[in-house]
Formats: sequence, C-alpha cells, structure tokens
Amino acid sequence: MNSERTDLPIETMDLQMGPSHPATHGTIKFNLKLEGEKVLDCDVEVGYLHRGFAKSCEQATWTQVIPYTDRLNYASPLINNVGYAMAVEKLIGLEITPRCQYIRVIMSELSRIFDHLTCCGMTASELGAITAGFYMLEAREILMRIIEAVCGARLTVTYVRIGGVKHDLPYGFAGDIERAFRIVRKLLSDCDRLLSRNRIFLDRMSGVGTISEEMAIAYGLTGPLLRSTGVRYDVRKAHPYLVYDQLDFEVPLGTKGDNYDRFVVRIQEIEQSVRIVEQALKKIPPGPVTVDDPRFVLPEKERVHGSIEGLMHHFKIIMEGIKVPPGEVYFAVEGGNGELGFYIVSDGSGKPYRIRVRPPSFIAMSAFHEMVKGCMVADLIPTFGMINMIGGECDR
Amino acid sequence: MKRVEEMGLWERLYFPEVLRGLWVTGCRFWRNLIVHTLHLFGLAKDIQAAITVQYPDERLAYPETFRGRHRLTLHDDGSAKCTACFLCATACPAECIYIEAGEYPDNPVEKYPVRYEIDTLRCIYCGFCVEACPCDAIRMDTGVHPANWGFSRQDFVENKELLMDRSRQLQAKGREGLYEEHVRRYQHV
Repeated sequence: MNSERTDLPIETMDLQMGPSHPATHGTIKFNLKLEGEKVLDCDVEVGYLHRGFAKSCEQATWTQVIPYTDRLNYASPLINNVGYAMAVEKLIGLEITPRCQYIRVIMSELSRIFDHLTCCGMTASELGAITAGFYMLEAREILMRIIEAVCGARLTVTYVRIGGVKHDLPYGFAGDIERAFRIVRKLLSDCDRLLSRNRIFLDRMSGVGTISEEMAIAYGLTGPLLRSTGVRYDVRKAHPYLVYDQLDFEVPLGTKGDNYDRFVVRIQEIEQSVRIVEQALKKIPPGPVTVDDPRFVLPEKERVHGSIEGLMHHFKIIMEGIKVPPGEVYFAVEGGNGELGFYIVSDGSGKPYRIRVRPPSFIAMSAFHEMVKGCMVADLIPTFGMINMIGGECDR
Repeated sequence: MKRVEEMGLWERLYFPEVLRGLWVTGCRFWRNLIVHTLHLFGLAKDIQAAITVQYPDERLAYPETFRGRHRLTLHDDGSAKCTACFLCATACPAECIYIEAGEYPDNPVEKYPVRYEIDTLRCIYCGFCVEACPCDAIRMDTGVHPANWGFSRQDFVENKELLMDRSRQLQAKGREGLYEEHVRRYQHV
C-alpha cells in the first residue's frame, strides 16, 4: 500500500485566492503555488483600489489634498492628515503652535489605537473569535464618538490644516477621553482573557508567518511588523517629531517575528498610546491652534468680515492656493502600520508638483511571500490580517 | 499582554479554558440582557447596555461640530446672503458646487446667485466651502446627515430654493425637528 502512495505523481497546484475573498478584508489577489496544503510560493497582486492619489493631488491645491489623505489609510485617517501637513510645513519651514502640536499628538495616538484595534479585532474574528472582535469594535466605537465630536465626521475627518488644525478641542474633551479609556481598558482586559491564553488562538498565531530580523530590514518593513522581530525602530523615537521627545513611552518589541508577536506588540502599543494621550492631556498648554501667518493660514472669520486685509488674504489663499516655496522634502510619521512617508515636490505654484506616499502596508505586502512560504493555506489569513493591509493606502 | 509561549497543563486540557471564556462572555451577555430589560421598563437609563443603537428608531445625537447637509443662510428679508463670489466652488475639492451669477437691476454693489446647486453625490462633506465663504452664506450645521434615498441622479442635486428652505426649516423646527422629519421616512420601512 505504502509503495503505491509514494508513486503517486506530485504536482503543484496553482490557486488564485481573491481578489474578493471573504477572509481577506481588502481587495487583493494571491496567486498561490501549492503542494497539497503547503504554500510553496505566493505572488501577491495589489492595485485593485488604485485611484490615482498622486496624480489627483497634482490637480488640487495644497489644502485640497487633505481630504485625499483621509482616504489613504482609512483605519487611521488623522495620522495621514498629520503626516501630509507636517511634510508641507517642513518644506515651508513653518513652526506650528505648542497647543496644536499636542492636539496632533493626541489625535494621532487615538488613531493609532483605532488602527491596532481594527487589525487585532478583525484578525481575531477571522480566526473564529468573533466575540473578541466585537469587543474591540466596541472599544473602537467609543473612541470613534470622541473623534466625531472633535472633527465633525467619523472617518472623513479633514481635521488638520497646513499650519494648524481646523478648530480647538471641544469642551469636556479630557473628561470624555478619561471615561472612554476606562471602558477601553476593561474591554482590552476582557479580550486578553479571551485570547492570550486561548489554545486555538495560540496554535494558529504562534510560529506562523515568521520573518527574520535580516529579512525584515532587507525588505524595508517598518512598524509592528519590524518591531515584532526585535528591531527597535519607531519613527517617534528615531526621528522625534511634534512633542514625542517630551513624552514618556516605550517601544514594545517582539522576539520571534511571528504573528503572535505582532499581535502582542500591537496590543502593547495600544497601552502605550493610552499613556501618551494621558500625558499629553496633562501637559497641553493653552493658546492658539493655528499659526498667525496670513500667507498660509486662513484668517479668522471676524477679520474676513471686518477688515479689507483679512478679506484679501482670504481670497488670495483660496483662489491661488498656498504658495509653497520650490523644493523637495521627505517627511515620515509613524503610522498605524509603520513609517508613513510623504515625498513632496513643489515648483512654487499653488499646487503640488508631485506627491509620493511611502505606504507601510504596500512594502509589507512585498515581503508577504517570505512570511507565508512553507505555511498552510489557512495560515495566510492570520498573517495577512496582522499585516493590516489597508487597500486605500496600499494601492493609492 | 505579555508573550507567554508555554501552555500549562490546565490550558492544554482545553475545557477549563472554554469554561473561563464562557464566563467572560457570559458576564457581558447577562449584564447587557438585564440592562436592556430594565431599559424596557424605563429603569436605569443612565447605564449603557450594549453599544449598538437601534437606528432609525433610536439614534445618537450628532455633535455640534458635525458636518451635515448644507444650507444657504438668509438675510432678515429672506433673501440669500450669498453674493456669488465663487469661493466655495473654487475651494471645493470635489467640484460639486455649480453657481450661475446674476446682477440686481437696482443694486450695483452685489451680485446674487441665479442658480446655486450642490451635487451631493459628488460632495465629500469636507466643509471647505463653509471655511471658504467670506460672508457666512453657506453652513453645514443642520445636524442632518446626507440623503441616501433617490431614484435618479437629479434627486440628489440640491438647488438654491431647497438650500434656502432648509435655513427656514431649521429656524422653525430646530435641529431636532429637522432631523426627525428627515429620518421619519426611514423608520418602519
């Protein structure tokens, strides 16, 4: 009997998974080469959500690009806003006000919590733990309501402006955050009890999707993916921007670079982000939230209604756009999934000459075949889940 | 949460862990069930049950900053404040505002919009038009979310009369009244 089995011809099978697979949240296609259930190779096809972000930006004024950036990583739109605005400010050489810096830090960290909750919750629910997924969505909803109260929209926030933010935080913001964090902490501890010692979860996450430290660096991975392999690289620590150098937080690291490490790193980062927000709320100074420079920031409505100078500045900014000096600049912030960079070229007119985004999840997808080689087909799901590929950011 | 690699005997036995998980979810389930039942009898309204809201019968109030449907603000005499300066149409990243300007025969100072149309299918509700307006003529403070009910593209184009009427309605009924009217046709479908 045994000898007959070994004589069976072993053929590799080509399987196309996606582009619209129920277990991959995002439109992406995997061309798999399988030997039985084992993945020999995986060719990732991205680009199903390509909408020409870079080209669209060239038709818009510098301010009009901000709504486009909302739609890059739609799990954490505020970080994109901040990253873009800071890149433009770096090119202009504009120093934003201290209060605005703190507001941007707070909103970025809330978005990061969001991003990690989405990622971990969705991965858990794809592995069958839909209850834990719902608990994380509940935590997300509580924070979402706060973001909505600040920005005026839940997802298409358009909150950050070049030279500041749209408006100040609403009254009672600190209290809302405190109450929300109390509930979020409780929900996370529930999720911890459900997941971290769960045998099914451990078996499916631990030792799966492993990538070595050298490979992760070679492919240019950043964010939780890189930190799970033990490399201490966080843009907030390596190149501090805003007021991150004045805040006390740690960079959680993994040891093995597998999915379980990524999960743990993300959950620990949520705790660190909570810490950052609490510190920032204690330290936030009073003052204006936009710089007082009529070349870049719209004047207040009273000045527009009441003075001819205000009205002229207002018309100039909107009709011609902000004049950004010619030059090029690269600026990166730590997004939810890694280093989110904006490379911007200006020719001195009111519109960007070129905008290029360095999306963390696009680069992560290029290393995906390294992670899944030798795994089972079912292991694709948690690996893809923990990368947290966001179509809007990956395909642009 | 820490990475703990080794599973103890207790965890490998599987069933004690299943029971522990059931305890966590069960606590939440029974708590929510009891609070929902109390809510039915009008008790313990200040305690939140499950986070879900039975929309459209219930709803969460929109915050003050919420960018809802547009309205054209009015002068005291009932005419639109808009002077057809085209700033909103210029600032709009979605190019959804169409304005046709006209002149008053007796007033050489100001123009007025003969047509003012917002294509809400294109609109991304970013609020740039409100920021751009130099005479406070357009606002998004109605507290009503965009419509998603229509049978042709034209049903989603809001013209000047509709936008001005929304200002009158808001003054007459307030934000709550306007919202109630908007949501009524979605209830008990």
